[in-house]
Amino acid sequence: MSGTVFRRVLFTVVGIFLAAPLVVVAGVSVNERQSLTFPPQGFSLSWYAQIFTDQSWRAALVNSLTLAATSAALAVIIALPLAWFLWRRIAPWANIFQLLGVAPFILPPVITALGFLTFWATVGAYGQAWTAAISHAIFFVTLPLVTLSLGFNSIDRSLVEAASTMGANDRTVLRTVVLPLILPYLVSGYAFVFVLSLNEYIVAYMTVGFTMETLPIKIFNALRYGYTPTMASVTIFFVAVAALVFGLIARFGDLPKLLGALSGDEK
Amino acid sequence: MRREPPRTIGDYAPLVFPAIMLVVFFVIPFSTMIMVSFFRRDQAGFYTPDFTFDNYERFLSAFFGGVLGFSIMLAVMVAIVCVLIAFPFTWMLTRASRRVQVVWLVAILSVLSLSEVIIGFAWSTLFSRTAGITNLLVAVGLMSEARALLPGFGAVLTGMVYQALPYTILVLYPAIVRLDPTLIEAARTLGASPVRAFANVVVPALRNTIVATLIMVFVFALGSYLLPQILGRPQHWTLSVLITDQAIYQSNMPFAAAMAVFLVLMSLALVGLTLLVGGRREAQA
Repeated sequence: MSGTVFRRVLFTVVGIFLAAPLVVVAGVSVNERQSLTFPPQGFSLSWYAQIFTDQSWRAALVNSLTLAATSAALAVIIALPLAWFLWRRIAPWANIFQLLGVAPFILPPVITALGFLTFWATVGAYGQAWTAAISHAIFFVTLPLVTLSLGFNSIDRSLVEAASTMGANDRTVLRTVVLPLILPYLVSGYAFVFVLSLNEYIVAYMTVGFTMETLPIKIFNALRYGYTPTMASVTIFFVAVAALVFGLIARFGDLPKLLGALSGDEK
Repeated sequence: MRREPPRTIGDYAPLVFPAIMLVVFFVIPFSTMIMVSFFRRDQAGFYTPDFTFDNYERFLSAFFGGVLGFSIMLAVMVAIVCVLIAFPFTWMLTRASRRVQVVWLVAILSVLSLSEVIIGFAWSTLFSRTAGITNLLVAVGLMSEARALLPGFGAVLTGMVYQALPYTILVLYPAIVRLDPTLIEAARTLGASPVRAFANVVVPALRNTIVATLIMVFVFALGSYLLPQILGRPQHWTLSVLITDQAIYQSNMPFAAAMAVFLVLMSLALVGLTLLVGGRREAQA
């Protein structure tokens, strides 16, 4: 049938388009010589080793991982009580905070970044590592906010009702019923922020760019002075981390549902 | 547990921390930036408080006006190309089995999480003379000699579509996957071919979604900062590049802030205009 043919063609074209840069970069990353030749000549994993052995690449990697881990934790800590309040209470004006949580992500990033730059410069904290963590947490708080709202909305309220009729107070209900139910959404919210923070450039650059090198900043700085195959290996390393994290979410959670589809039992 | 209005002060407790964080670290920085856009530049420090429209006046010169026009044109092109590819693709994806969907979604999320730096690096490799696609064309005999495809407008556009496409698919996904399947079944029973059902039933049913997606991708593309620098020539630089250049390298924070405020106003105006046009068409239909 023509529909199937069209689908195959479309899927193939989009697939090639999405994969093409990665194939070339993967090829470059295992090149034996220190030059960008494709197809690769020889085979060597030394550029991957360099991410961990070269002092400056390793420092950038550690910076990025620390930043991603702390900002993701902070984003979740901001989003969780807010999402809980919006689910538990009738207070329409409180939605303004949800809007505030989404705004930094919707605006062109350069604006959020410049806002942070002027703010941190004005309060005299420009360039401190913790300012980057806070900036990333605010910039990405949208993601746990969205996943947690989905999570709360999927809770059967009669279940919670039952617990409270049996005598559980708010706190007990939250701890024994609600938190276990939304844990998968909490984890995926954390993971989304973690992966995106790891790869974020402009906000990190405008807050700590000159005092702390994250991996994207390091790659961009390296780009200016010519290519080194380590950039290619870092790229592949990053994609692998992202694919692993999202693969795990898909393995242990319902990924289509997390992204807005209805329950998985329907198909 | 039903939703109840908060009764005691204690009921507001969960709101305290998120509210403080969002106000202190988003509302205040954003307001600071607006304030700074009226300040005067100070050669020694960052700026001196003032109330002047100089920064805005300077921005409305021919040069910056041209950059703004180019940025908007580029973002519109990216939005249109992305939706043209992503809409039928996402539609097909939601019709595939759950397993196929999950594999594609993981791949799309992985590409989405790629840093702009990495996308720029990957495409600059792909478009380069030494390691690029033209080598493949030479190998299969379609081209006589490898050549560089960058810097250039085509390279910038390709890179930005690459960056925005996963985002477009994920924005379209929830609306398309939730579309009532009986709609299409009805059209098919009445004898419509799959293509006709898609064009005459699916697309009109999701017109609002399409407009909303166009706007979101447009604003997303407007923020692209590194790709025009890595893949383009200076004439392909967007407003985001100039804002950063003024803020970081020229240390002219007030001017950068004025451009940023202008960019926000511009995006809001275009969003409003599009909604207005979309709403009017809806009313006619």
